[in-house]
Amino acid sequence: MIKASVTVMLKKAIFDPQGMAVKHGLDSIGFKNIDDVRVGRQIIIQIDSNDFGHAEEEVKEMCDKLLANPVVESWSHTLELMQ
Amino acid sequence: MVAYFGINAMKFGVLNFPGSNCAEDCFHVLDKVVNQPTRYFWHQETNTTDLDAIVVPGGFSYGDYLRPGAIARFAPAMDALKEFVEKGKLVIGICNGFQILTEAGLLPGSLIKNKSVKFLCQDQTIRVENAKTPFTQKFHKHELLMTPIAHNEGNYYIDDEGLAELEAHHQIIFRYASQDGTVDDSTNPNGSVSNIAGICNKSFNVLGMMPHPERNAESLLGNAQGIKVFESMILSFTNSGN
Repeated sequence: MIKASVTVMLKKAIFDPQGMAVKHGLDSIGFKNIDDVRVGRQIIIQIDSNDFGHAEEEVKEMCDKLLANPVVESWSHTLELMQ
Repeated sequence: MVAYFGINAMKFGVLNFPGSNCAEDCFHVLDKVVNQPTRYFWHQETNTTDLDAIVVPGGFSYGDYLRPGAIARFAPAMDALKEFVEKGKLVIGICNGFQILTEAGLLPGSLIKNKSVKFLCQDQTIRVENAKTPFTQKFHKHELLMTPIAHNEGNYYIDDEGLAELEAHHQIIFRYASQDGTVDDSTNPNGSVSNIAGICNKSFNVLGMMPHPERNAESLLGNAQGIKVFESMILSFTNSGN
């Protein structure tokens, strides 16, 4: 079994209103040194396979087709073998 | 009240997903206000042959999980909708319907969280930017209408290149404005690029808009300006020889 962790974020060029709201929240509880906050989404997928090459291809397809919207989002991922 | 019924009647389908919650409002306006034959078009359905136009209504299809419209886009009805669009038939997406049409690639750009991070539910003035489309021909250019908005993700985003293309092809149909017609940052409720409230595809047979014209379609409710969107569609249908 392979565990894929996919992180989806708004593209850097796009203003992230959620990140800004969290930054203001952090500021209001005393964290005054925050330069920037961006909020994304993490998706954990368990793939019933031990073939990393295949899992890599599948995750890419999942992200392109559904998990991220390429117009406004970018994504990254890690794969690890589950014991 | 079947004034329009007859050879010129335009058959509307109202696409209904699990979580669509404006479908009945749209159905009511089409059926009882503009008096056109109307039926629901279920998300699992694929046969559009009896329909002349499809409304993709507002709501929270599939709970807005992942992103608004992201899951709805893969429903069987969406393949049928794409073919329907390719045939040149009219499709209007309102609010969540607009989000679904962008996710499906039938309209460019995307709708992200409102800049204020607040759900906006208010009357909003919009300005007609292009009155030569099948959806707006009953308006005149720069006509102002007060139309309710109710959304969390109505912040229209498109990159500079995409915006230039929309402008070059006159695809921007509605912009957020003030009551005196000013369009600038102060009249932009949600952070949309260039105050965009509604756009068409290049063929002008698909319209997506965040405001709800079905909610201001009856004078009984205080304002019937939105009805002209649906009347424009019917006019374009009758003018096309049907």
